[in-house]
Amino acid sequence: MNLTEYLTKRLKKRKILLMTHVVVGYPSLEANWKMLEAMGGADVDLVELQMPFSEPSADGPLFVKANQEALRKGIRWQDYFDLMKRASEQFDFPVLMMGYCNTAFSMGFEAFCANIRRHCGEGFIIPDLPLEEFGELFKLSRDQDLDPIMLCTPTNSEERLQKICSHGSGFIYCVARKGVTGQNTQLDLAVENFLRQCRQYTDLPLALGFGLSQREDLCQLHGKAGIAIVGSALLKTWEAEGESGYRKHLISLAAARE
Amino acid sequence: MKGQLTSQENVRRIYLQIIKQKIERYNFNSMSTQTITPDVSGYYGEYGGMFIPEILRTTFDELVAVFTEAKADPEFWQSYVDVMQSYSCRPTPVTLLENFANSLGGKFQIFCKREDLNHTGAHKANNVMGQGLLVKRMGKKRIIAETGAGQHGVATATMAAKMGLECTVYMGSVDVERQRPNVFWMEQLGAKVIPVTEGTATLKDAINAAMRDWAESLETTHYVLGTTCGPHPFPEMVAWFQSIIGQESREQMLKLSDKLPDRIYACVGGGSNASGIFLPFLEDESVELVGVEAGGHGLDTGAHAARFSGGSVGIAQGYKTYFFQDDEGQMLHTHSIAAGLDYIGVSPILSHLHDQKRIRFTAATDEAVISATKLLIRTEGIIPALESSHAFASVVEEAPDIPDGTQVLINLSGRGDKDIFNIAEAIGDEKWQEFLQTRALKH
Repeated sequence: MNLTEYLTKRLKKRKILLMTHVVVGYPSLEANWKMLEAMGGADVDLVELQMPFSEPSADGPLFVKANQEALRKGIRWQDYFDLMKRASEQFDFPVLMMGYCNTAFSMGFEAFCANIRRHCGEGFIIPDLPLEEFGELFKLSRDQDLDPIMLCTPTNSEERLQKICSHGSGFIYCVARKGVTGQNTQLDLAVENFLRQCRQYTDLPLALGFGLSQREDLCQLHGKAGIAIVGSALLKTWEAEGESGYRKHLISLAAARE
Repeated sequence: MKGQLTSQENVRRIYLQIIKQKIERYNFNSMSTQTITPDVSGYYGEYGGMFIPEILRTTFDELVAVFTEAKADPEFWQSYVDVMQSYSCRPTPVTLLENFANSLGGKFQIFCKREDLNHTGAHKANNVMGQGLLVKRMGKKRIIAETGAGQHGVATATMAAKMGLECTVYMGSVDVERQRPNVFWMEQLGAKVIPVTEGTATLKDAINAAMRDWAESLETTHYVLGTTCGPHPFPEMVAWFQSIIGQESREQMLKLSDKLPDRIYACVGGGSNASGIFLPFLEDESVELVGVEAGGHGLDTGAHAARFSGGSVGIAQGYKTYFFQDDEGQMLHTHSIAAGLDYIGVSPILSHLHDQKRIRFTAATDEAVISATKLLIRTEGIIPALESSHAFASVVEEAPDIPDGTQVLINLSGRGDKDIFNIAEAIGDEKWQEFLQTRALKH
């Protein structure tokens, strides 16, 4: 069963799916494992594991700090892939690689795809790699049965949206608003219109990210988006309330799917 | 009243005639199209490109369109030359440095291009005024910029004041500490200076912060990038504006000595002053082009910013070039006594010319830079910026091997007043330290 089929099947039982995020190495690999266990416990549908990078230009302050701290602690590619493999083997949810293109470029596109496959990841999200720069990466990811996740944004022209969606695989990542990760998004008419626009150009599930934090945000998306992405908000909770608060937050989000 | 207007119009007409004569000296439209025009994807050979988040795509497409249109518009270049002449003292002179050359004992001539005489004291003015005119063309009201040493920040804040634009400058908090006088002036000029504490809290982090601002403010805001780096079309755009340096130099050298210089030295941080002086000479094969990177404490110490010696090809901050990075593509700390050279990446244009062996790259250490700075001040009465001093330091170092009769041209990209705290500290001037202590006690 490929990623799209998996998501489609789950969407038959749930009003929306939940994708969560872990910056590998922050606050620590041990804490990451507790987060993943909490995600497993809440039956989260999909998880993106972020490979830390020194110049995370699409991230907001909290994730920037997380990237830097992880690197300061000496997280390397192997630590990342080890966690990816352990998580994929232990939990039911599929795992995606999220990171910046210098990682893929430095590893070499071929080794990059082979590594994700070998460590049981299902695809990748690279926000600073526009489709024009994919080159061989489309073919290489097909060879390894990986889904390169495309990003659509409200500033894209119709023509551009169509082009991005035509390269879509797995699902489409719709960025809810301008800016970087970790700020609030008003779920207004503009977001709805944007999702409708994307829908015109693809049959793949639409994931909405950037600024979702609470159960209510997810409920508002019922029938509008297939997947809700919650990243910074959960990490914020971990920092403020620790593991138990984190679990509660996850359970509350997970309940918004029914 | 009517007579007054008429005479004002008259003055303007005469002035425009002068400008027109002068503009014909510049050759923007024939800027060698083969040598610096990137391919449609913004590449120079293997380097450059547009590695931008999708949210910025439309804004970049607009910028490419506006610049392409402006590039072909003689009136745009006329307004550019006009503002550079009336506001920034262009053409800047070329000065023969006889004493400096004599002190090196060589039988060669050294000339320097006086970019230090630009308004705000450095070549940065060439770029910001050009981008300011583009902002007007686009009808945007707000600009943002990153700055390292603060020169680009001051130049941008100056342009914003002159052109009536709202201005925010991002500056690494380490640089804010190192360059307080520039922060003071930016604020006086009406700019909001935001210290960036993430990462190494230097230039690269200021660029990340500016990009994040832009991702939210793109409808009203233009990002005035300060050097020939970043995603396409920035390297090309900044190189076009900076090429005014080389275009003038070429003509001035021909006038001064009936021939082109044999060698040109320029310091290389992001690469804007070097691109500016080098590019108009690219097709003059007899002219050797020498780029001087920051050697910091020495190339064998790892504490430097010589990307062509200690770097490798990578992709960050929106473009592909040589970066100072580890084997997993994580950027490393750079070091230079000159904040303006303390940067992880280098212009994709220069990377391409490096690979083609059209430009030779070398590096000067902090120590050599301080000593060259002192020498230039003493022998010529010129106070160079520590950045520019790197070019002088390399000439000093290579002097024994420079053949007799050679004509050397050095780009003096900026003046050194701003570096008074750092230079005084590096020289270990005790009276300066006493002065600082006395001043500190008063507060």
